[in-house]
Amino acid sequence: MTVNLDMSQFHEIFFEESREGLEAMESGLLNLDVGVPDPEVVNTVFRAAHSIKGAAGTFGFTNISQFTHVLESILDEVRSRKRGVTQELVDVLLQSVDGLRYMLDCAKSGSQTSEDRIAAILEKLENIPVENQPKPAGWQIRFYPRHNLLRNGNEPYRIFRELMALGNLFITPDFSHVPGIDGKEFDPENCYLGWNILLQSDAGIEQVREIFVWVEGDCELDINLSGERRQMVERRQRRDDEADTAQLEGGGKGQEQASIRVNIDKIDTLINLVGELVISQSIMSHAVTDQDHNHDLDRTGKLKEIVELLEKNTWELQEQAMRIRMQSIDITFQRLPRLVRDLCRSLGKQAELDISGGSTEVDKTVLEKITDPLVHLIRNAVDHGIESPEARKAAGKPESGLIEVSASQEGGNIIIKIKDDGAGLDTGKILAKAREKGLISGTEELSIGQIHNLIFLPGFSTASKVSDVSGRGVGMDVVQRNINDLGGNIELFSMEGKGSEFTIKLPLTLAIMDGQLLRIGKEILIVPVLAIVESAQIRKQMLNAVAGKTEVYRFRDEYIPLVRLDKAYGISSDHKDIMDGLLIVVDTGQQRVGLLADEILSQQQVVIKSLEANFQQVSGLAGATVLGDGTVAMIIDAPGLMRHCKGFTATHTVGNESPLP
Amino acid sequence: MSDKKIRMLLVDDSASMREMVSFTLKGAGYEVFKATDGIEALDFARANDVDLVITDINMPNMDGFTLIKELRKLPAYKFKPILTLTTEDSSEKKNMGKVAGATGWIVKPFDPDSLLQTVRRVL
Repeated sequence: MTVNLDMSQFHEIFFEESREGLEAMESGLLNLDVGVPDPEVVNTVFRAAHSIKGAAGTFGFTNISQFTHVLESILDEVRSRKRGVTQELVDVLLQSVDGLRYMLDCAKSGSQTSEDRIAAILEKLENIPVENQPKPAGWQIRFYPRHNLLRNGNEPYRIFRELMALGNLFITPDFSHVPGIDGKEFDPENCYLGWNILLQSDAGIEQVREIFVWVEGDCELDINLSGERRQMVERRQRRDDEADTAQLEGGGKGQEQASIRVNIDKIDTLINLVGELVISQSIMSHAVTDQDHNHDLDRTGKLKEIVELLEKNTWELQEQAMRIRMQSIDITFQRLPRLVRDLCRSLGKQAELDISGGSTEVDKTVLEKITDPLVHLIRNAVDHGIESPEARKAAGKPESGLIEVSASQEGGNIIIKIKDDGAGLDTGKILAKAREKGLISGTEELSIGQIHNLIFLPGFSTASKVSDVSGRGVGMDVVQRNINDLGGNIELFSMEGKGSEFTIKLPLTLAIMDGQLLRIGKEILIVPVLAIVESAQIRKQMLNAVAGKTEVYRFRDEYIPLVRLDKAYGISSDHKDIMDGLLIVVDTGQQRVGLLADEILSQQQVVIKSLEANFQQVSGLAGATVLGDGTVAMIIDAPGLMRHCKGFTATHTVGNESPLP
Repeated sequence: MSDKKIRMLLVDDSASMREMVSFTLKGAGYEVFKATDGIEALDFARANDVDLVITDINMPNMDGFTLIKELRKLPAYKFKPILTLTTEDSSEKKNMGKVAGATGWIVKPFDPDSLLQTVRRVL
């Protein structure tokens, strides 16, 4: 009897599993130390390759299986210590991971694999020379015997001989303590010498210490990891520490959490339903509170209690439902070490990447959209921030730069910091470039902060020479816009010669937000609380019209454009005179803008309903929500509004160009 | 190895230990002289030169520590390697040996391989 099994039903799982395997391989390879690799890391990489090979063969992807076989054999040689790890080997292995990823993508989409590309990698893999003798890291030993050492029958020479059996030995004797031979203090039976010894060996400290065991107490002895080995061990230590912290932060839940794969549509449906529940609950709550009919106070009171309980449960349910969509930002961070490494290699720079807070969780959509800006910022940090090793040395910095990337949660926001210890922003260069591009006039007095922020202007490219790394036509303005589109903002702090730090603030989720309700006539609009800088009464003397078109408002020594929400959205407002309106200053990320409304109402958490999904995308609006009383309120997208309204402020008639409701 | 055999003096009051150790050392090509206590050993050392002394600590007539101290007074033995035979847990004994002038120690119990390995460290 033959089992008629349709293998294709398992393909999706295979692709997903292989993708994870590739990620494990990639991060393992990036952690693989040249010379004496950590056997645990080698094993991880090997196992991943091995599983992919097996599964690919089973599901009929012969080319993937064959390719992985070659890869696996090499990894097996590394594992059994027949082959040392060289930089070159790691490079080729990483290229193979790329190759595998490509083949998997092709298999997934059913497209033809370019044989040439695969053959090229295979050729490299097969021709990579076997480095038999890995350059070992080692121990720095300071050995200063007491004068009487020889009188116990001990002999430094014999100690050196034993050390030599462990690896390469470099001995520097120190004669400085030898008294003059003519002097009376010189005793030929004493040992006056000291030795500084470098032992290149992968021997453990116990092995080294054992050699000195008979002279312990008869000498000054320091055994330390030699430079390169120390770096390696410290790096590992740091990684372990981080993992520990992450584990603590995650409430004891480590990386090996049990999980099931769920189609994202199912989750979104669930979240939408919970959103609906929140709205119904809020309508009910509104109805109960509104019930001023005195006839049954008892029942109303009880009802209120129940509704309050329901409210609490609903919010909790919503929060938990949201968490399903949350993923740890590590998914994005994992890509960065490879990026930094490749960039450094192609630019001839050295940089260490220090990642922390990878376990911070963020909404899947936010995660997907933050990847590109993050990659761009890292690219910039390596390309423009970190100087060449020579320049760094000249500036008295360590040759290898440091890029720190961290994520943390603050309230309903996630904070991502990208910090480098590179050259910092060159204000002179930025000013010159901004003038050259006509972004500023030649006469403006700008603070350092303002100068730094010029790099966010569209049309500004800091690369004085367009390299193939950055300067791909994507500027910091795009980075900023992407972040603004997510309802977040980006700040920059830089010190010339010291480095730069970018701080990105993002909402944890795009599904709910804290909203400020504004009334314009009979309509209610909502502004994200995160964006609000200040609210104030309008003062006439602060109002100016520029070129008879744009209305500007003098706000804290700064002129900001004024947008009359009634005009912008075509709503008829209450106020006849502008003085009756209220000013809400919001930060779009690029600039501050004054919004003019009739009244400021309450603040509340609102469930964002996508206009795109239910109707169509409308510029200037981020979405809509349903309020407690059942009315639909639009959510203002301040950056979008500014883009849409460029030049269309108060005194300018909105006219046909504004399709806003 | 050179034409001249490496000579060792082995001091132990236990006949079985003496035989086992000397058998092993002889098997490795060394010339071994045996003594049953410190006095006998010291007498031998005054008249003969060896390349290594291996001595037990607890012995009648003259113990190992005293033997080492006396040996160090002899010009020919001033810088000679002297190893003590000691039991694992006696770090105090190890120390006393060092104070007396011992080079190192061989921890009892031992197998022939580790004995030879230790001996080679000081040759």
